[in-house]
Amino acid sequence: MPVFNQSRNRIIRLIFLITFIVIIAQLFHLQVLSKKYKRLADENAIQRTVVYPLRGIIFDRDRRPILNNTLTYDLMVIPSQIKGLDTAFFCGLMEIDTAEFRRRIINGIIRNKSFRPSVFEASLSAQKYARMQENMWRFGNGFYIQERPIRKYSYGAAANVLGYLGEVDSNFLKKHADEGYQSGDYAGMTGLESSYEKVLMGERGVKFLIKDNFNRIQGPYENGAFDTAAIAGSNLHLSLDIELQKEGEKLMQNKVGAIVAIDPQTGGILAMVSSPTYDPNLLTGAERRKHFSQLYVDPKLPLMNRAVLNSYPPGSTFKTLQAILALHEGVITTKTTFTCTGAFYGCGKPMRCLDPGVFNLTRGITFSCNTYFANVMQKVINNPVFPDVDSSLSNWDNYMYGFGLGHKLGVDIPSEGSGIIPTPATYNRIYGKGHWNFCTFRSVSIGQGEVLVTPLQMANEMAYLANKGWYRIPHLVDSIDGGDKFGLLEKYRKKINPMDIPDSIFEAVHDGMQGVVDIGTGRGAKLPGITICGKTGTAENYSHGAKQKDHSFFAAFAPRENPKIAIMVICENAGFGGTWAAPITGLMIEKYLNDTIAANRKPLEERMANANLIPSYMLREIKTRDSLQRIRKDSLDMIRKAIKDTLQMEDVPEEVLHPDTIIQKAPARKNDSAERKVTQKPDAIIRDNKKATTGNKKEGIL
Amino acid sequence: MTQKNPEISKGIDWSLIGLYVVLSLIGIIAIFAATYRDTDPIIQSFFQFKTDYSRQFYYFIIALILGFFVLLTDSKFFTATANLWYFVGIIILLLVFPFHSRIKGTESIIRIGGFQFQPAEFCKICVALALAKYISRPETNFSKPKSQIIAAAIALFPSLLSILQRETGLALVYFSFFLVMFREGLPSIILIIGFAIAALVVATIVIEPNVLAIILTVIAALVIYFNRRTIKRNRGMLVVVILLWFVCVGIQRFAVPFAFKHVLQKYQVERIYSLFGKDNPYQEGEEEVTPDAKRKANQSNYNVRQSKIAIGSGQLWGKGLLKGTQTRYDFVPEQRTDFIFCTIGEGFGFAGSIVLLGIYLILLFRIITIAERQRSVFSRCYAYGVAGVFFFHIAINLAMTVGLAPVIGITLPLISYGGTSLITFTIMIFILVRLDADRHMVLR
Repeated sequence: MPVFNQSRNRIIRLIFLITFIVIIAQLFHLQVLSKKYKRLADENAIQRTVVYPLRGIIFDRDRRPILNNTLTYDLMVIPSQIKGLDTAFFCGLMEIDTAEFRRRIINGIIRNKSFRPSVFEASLSAQKYARMQENMWRFGNGFYIQERPIRKYSYGAAANVLGYLGEVDSNFLKKHADEGYQSGDYAGMTGLESSYEKVLMGERGVKFLIKDNFNRIQGPYENGAFDTAAIAGSNLHLSLDIELQKEGEKLMQNKVGAIVAIDPQTGGILAMVSSPTYDPNLLTGAERRKHFSQLYVDPKLPLMNRAVLNSYPPGSTFKTLQAILALHEGVITTKTTFTCTGAFYGCGKPMRCLDPGVFNLTRGITFSCNTYFANVMQKVINNPVFPDVDSSLSNWDNYMYGFGLGHKLGVDIPSEGSGIIPTPATYNRIYGKGHWNFCTFRSVSIGQGEVLVTPLQMANEMAYLANKGWYRIPHLVDSIDGGDKFGLLEKYRKKINPMDIPDSIFEAVHDGMQGVVDIGTGRGAKLPGITICGKTGTAENYSHGAKQKDHSFFAAFAPRENPKIAIMVICENAGFGGTWAAPITGLMIEKYLNDTIAANRKPLEERMANANLIPSYMLREIKTRDSLQRIRKDSLDMIRKAIKDTLQMEDVPEEVLHPDTIIQKAPARKNDSAERKVTQKPDAIIRDNKKATTGNKKEGIL
Repeated sequence: MTQKNPEISKGIDWSLIGLYVVLSLIGIIAIFAATYRDTDPIIQSFFQFKTDYSRQFYYFIIALILGFFVLLTDSKFFTATANLWYFVGIIILLLVFPFHSRIKGTESIIRIGGFQFQPAEFCKICVALALAKYISRPETNFSKPKSQIIAAAIALFPSLLSILQRETGLALVYFSFFLVMFREGLPSIILIIGFAIAALVVATIVIEPNVLAIILTVIAALVIYFNRRTIKRNRGMLVVVILLWFVCVGIQRFAVPFAFKHVLQKYQVERIYSLFGKDNPYQEGEEEVTPDAKRKANQSNYNVRQSKIAIGSGQLWGKGLLKGTQTRYDFVPEQRTDFIFCTIGEGFGFAGSIVLLGIYLILLFRIITIAERQRSVFSRCYAYGVAGVFFFHIAINLAMTVGLAPVIGITLPLISYGGTSLITFTIMIFILVRLDADRHMVLR
């Protein structure tokens, strides 16, 4: 026996020991020294998922949900798990062919790997959903249906008011860095969805999930000890009356223009129509992107909210405010008369008038006499109380700003325009100090020339008149469920009463406005049993340097004794104010006050709704687009700019500024005198810019 | 000689059986931790044959019963039938060729009913017995090279068959029988040469071929330079050095590339290279870079990476039983068999791993202690055979899970899932216990 080898057992033990020590050293390195593996393991196995709360619901004034959440169903596929699928049967149910089937599967594999789920078809139609749900068991684990909440506009109306959601971009993320957004999230891009984003969004939750080697979720991590719950967004209650809104949209179909109706008592907006509009549900589903780009390049600019963004020359509706101002300044009395012989000859070139005669204030308003108001304006500007036109115009400006014109009112949806009220600075820059006088801007007296207002401002004007001297900032949201945590609604509670004007002055103007509807230019708005005070407007305008058909305006409030609705209707390029805007106003008032349109007025409603008043230049443009299938690049750029302005999300609402400061801030204009009358082409903020001839584009948009 | 032994428990080494039972139970718990799903009813599934841990539990019971029968057997039975067992083992191993079913790339598994049986696993017992028998023969003088060569042939023949069955892992296990031979007087120089060749192969993989050739040449030149006086006296020395240099360069330039190209499977080469963080340089032609080969290579990388992550994430104290995210959610492939150690490393951390390694080390040392107290050479050789096989399995398996050795599929003794493996190791231990109980006898 080779006993001499016995010592080798120690060598063997030593080899064992050394090997084990080497392994333990490596274990020590992996488990104790290196922290890397712990982190890698967490990355491997723990998934941080953001839990999205349901967005808040938006209700109208009668608690009807007008913007709701609904579920959509996506058909998901995990390509690696498809086994023994009857492809022909499957394709039959999905109404696709096998080539399409293969294409989608391959797309899914390319995008998400074959063992992870990808979308086979997003937002299944109701029929497909039912069919698939019924047969799901046949398709094994490879397919499943996943639900996803989306927004639903129950009435398909008020698109521009409610706004839409869009995927956040890098700019948005930069702006809202600390608010928990991440790329791929959706946020309100315009309308109420944008301005009340904070409220509607709710609070996101975080969920930690455990996943396996194929990233399949296995369950909550640590039984959800680190999870935070999502808190659903708060609901909004609007002052909007969705039935009235729908009526407005119906009446305004195939027309370009806007309607704004305000409850004068509260300042709550009852209806805000911007026409042409679009079905907001187009921007929720799977084809959002496609629809958006279609709307984006539509020459009718459906994505633009004309009711708050566009500025128009107010036309004769402006005369009501001139009357208030003149009476308060004491330059005229209700008894003051001016004679019109067919035109105003005060400044050389005659300014035409509708029908000659002798007019006092009431008749001047009722029959919308240009001569009367030119004379009034002359008295205001040449008021001997003031040393020069500079100071008298400044005084006039104070009134206008007080009436809520020339600056943003601060409505609670983005992209509000400010309109334009000319100031002495404007004229001084154009003509030089001392080189201008009343005649330079006499057309302002009848709401033409350098003055521009937005439909919202005009409606607010009517609320101001109806309230006899005060208004509340027009707004859409009446209350927020769970309270106004961010103080968004405070400014809408205040009465704004810039000048102390006696009621008698308003009564006089009301008399004239009642006359407009009863016997004057706005008889089309007449409604049996309701006293309506209104004022027509017919504004000249130009597009592409050519005179277009006049804009048809009508502004009103009703009933006179206890005003419940103040309203402004604008039909671009529709002609005389009494012809189109007045009847539409009448119908809207009837709808709101009586809840329904009387049977004998149905034909009128139909006639109004069916009239096609799309301006000829726009028709031409549509035709051009359709035939050329392309859009000129410059015009596209301008549309983009307009849309970008519509998408502005962080407009700091301007406080109601002190008139003095406003005057200094008031927008200046660079027009030359020859173009003075050509001031505004409402349709044409964009086209105007395209031409880049005159310089008033910026003011036009902002 | 025949001594009636009314008490079979007499002389039994209970500490070894205790270690065996502890390790087997750790194994069942580890398999439970690796495969249990929250929805399983524990008790119910434990006694049904449906889950892996309940199967392992039943294998354990079967193994204990077989072990009990082994204890009932007379010790002389093993010496008497050792050669017969070897013969049977080889026959079964040969039967694999016509009857194998191809599973996971290996052709070494026979399916009987619902069970898989891997003869190469079982054959280890036969080799341990036969080798012990051969060395303990009175006519064998193990100091003679001829005996050594025969002993090596006995040990390595099943290894050759295993390689032919594409089961490299188990084939390598048979090299562990060199431990027996070493103990019985195999010259140290052979082991040294073995290690030297291994070092050279590693160097070949790690170092650029030409650089390595230059290094070898420089070493040879230096050796000649420093020994120039000896060489002057003895020319033979120079010849030896030059021959050594020639052999080294030959291995490095030709033998290793040849082996990697033509002997080993492509994925095995990938695994070896991936261990050193290198790409396989022996891919050529479009046929070589098939997606399949790529995937296999990635797979082996992935295994080790995930295994290291799982073990590393256990930290000092571990995440606790059933709390390991990596092992519970299938990040580590093969985690109930070859990578079972991950479950322990993740669940019980460095502390738990040390305890397990400690138990293994105590087991190995205990086997060696037992070996050394045998009076008969047969028992001692057999015991060293067992120690060698256990050590090789433990060391290679652990080294591969912690990323120190290439991934070769061998199990962690008594812990990895698998009936054949568990039963083989059980029988090995129990034969040893039986032989040890009769250690006063001189078995021939």
